[in-house]
Amino acid sequence: MGILTGKIWKFGDDVDTDAIIPARYLNTSDPAELAKHCMEDVDPAFSAKLSPGDIIVAGKNFGCGSSREHAPLAIKAAGISCVIAESFAGIFYRNAINIGLPILEAETAARNLREGNMVEIDLEKGEIRELSGDVFYQSVPFPPFMRELIAAGGLINFVRQKKGITGKDI
Amino acid sequence: MGQTMAEKLLARAAGREEVFPGELVIVKIDLALGNDITAPVAIKEFARIGVEQVFDRERIALIPDHFTPNKDIMAAQQVKLMREFARQHGIVHYYEIGRMGVEHALLPELALVLPGEVIIGADSHTCTYGALGAFGTGVGSTDLAAAMATGELWFKVPPTIRIVFEGTLPSLVGGKDLILYTIGRLGVDGARGAALEFAGPAVAALGMDGRLTISNMAVEAGAMAGLIPPDDVTEAYLRGKARRPYTVIKGDAGAPVQAEHRWDVSSLEPQVAAPFSPANVHPVSRLAGTRLDQVVIGSCTNGRLDDMREAAAILKGRRVHPHVRLLIIPATQAVYRQAMQEGLLEIFAAAEAAISTPTCGPCLGGHMGILAEGEVALATTNRNFVGRMGHPGSQVYLSGPAVAAASAVAGTIIHPTELK
Repeated sequence: MGILTGKIWKFGDDVDTDAIIPARYLNTSDPAELAKHCMEDVDPAFSAKLSPGDIIVAGKNFGCGSSREHAPLAIKAAGISCVIAESFAGIFYRNAINIGLPILEAETAARNLREGNMVEIDLEKGEIRELSGDVFYQSVPFPPFMRELIAAGGLINFVRQKKGITGKDI
Repeated sequence: MGQTMAEKLLARAAGREEVFPGELVIVKIDLALGNDITAPVAIKEFARIGVEQVFDRERIALIPDHFTPNKDIMAAQQVKLMREFARQHGIVHYYEIGRMGVEHALLPELALVLPGEVIIGADSHTCTYGALGAFGTGVGSTDLAAAMATGELWFKVPPTIRIVFEGTLPSLVGGKDLILYTIGRLGVDGARGAALEFAGPAVAALGMDGRLTISNMAVEAGAMAGLIPPDDVTEAYLRGKARRPYTVIKGDAGAPVQAEHRWDVSSLEPQVAAPFSPANVHPVSRLAGTRLDQVVIGSCTNGRLDDMREAAAILKGRRVHPHVRLLIIPATQAVYRQAMQEGLLEIFAAAEAAISTPTCGPCLGGHMGILAEGEVALATTNRNFVGRMGHPGSQVYLSGPAVAAASAVAGTIIHPTELK
């Protein structure tokens, strides 16, 4: 958790997991391979245009459709540091938290942030600042249990802590 | 104030008297499911946890169904990883081709999902099990890993949206039409974070296959679950084959819900979802005449015996239009064999359909029926997003088996009663 800065890439409502990572690439779970095809059917050049730390901003119901964890994995491995959306589909929301892809639900920010602008995000406080124009937004705060999950570094580490497993994480 | 079916199901699994919408609860899992896309990721994450054994080797189902029979070397490697994990941990419910089926058709058929239970699956269509009165819900691979290690998972208790289907369905209108109609009315996020509960005389009159179709697509409206209160049909379906003792759980009358919709479906036309959303739903007559290159009948949505019978009733003595490729995929080996014994496969083959061993294959554009640029398909599957069945420049329409079979013969989308 910390301060993230990146360029905005905007998407509309109901971005589905087939758009995020088409099923024809799901015969592997290698994040680097998945990253190459992130958003390919929406914009074939998307992954090549990204700089590390860039931020996806989308409308309602981001990540609807399949349960494939390959979707947040592809986004994360493509170098996206955070996804801001008006709302997230249920399974995508779980998956993102579980694998440690930062996501923020922020309706007004998702609507108003402009493609190509730089944005600064304080994950801890849920604060979103569009640098050109210096406009400030606040995201919906995570409930305490989710904050615990995020602080642990995702579900696997959370389970390890709960079970008192101290051995090396492979 | 009573509790809804969803609340009672989660309360039981959480060991609580009652739970409330919005609450985060940790629940015990009755069965955890993974497939050849999601289980390999879960197996890697399971290893990271560092436990020696799975929580219960009889309560995990690993079904290679998406890219099987293995479509390429990479897919074969994924299934190999699953197979080795299943053998290493003595997973009881691991099924190879020849005895398997599409996961959400197979598990109910084997009575591995039962009323009153909580079933998680690393596959979004795990909501199918709501038709049996279980809280089935889709999760991700890391969730599956945690569930395999601990037998538990966290959930946010959903509010309930009740759909009451009044009246009697016309002939050739069934479960698929009811759920497409529902998604069309609610939209793809209309039930986001909620549990859908389906009731009313039109649902009560459906057999289990039609009910499984309804619950299967609850996630297409964003729902966590698609519940149908168990009744005589449920009990008859499970008689003599349930693998564990079970307790029927229904909601309390008058329990508060987020919304209730009452729709009379007595004059409902067959429904079709047009590209590129399962909520872009129209009566079939409005899309009649749409030219087709391929028709697919199968999947976890509509690959069961009743679906095969419905398709065969239309295809009997007819032939697929010369410009159309018809692919029929019985969803499980048992459905395949029964369809063979009833002579349905002979009807399909005589109609010049291609018949496949069970696989998810074309539904997700995996293999076995991929579309080229500009091609149009009508499928009894569940999603029609951009590129879903192949080239991003192809299109998929969704319908029930009767419309699909009739349209394969006509070469264009057609109301089954208008087929000559």
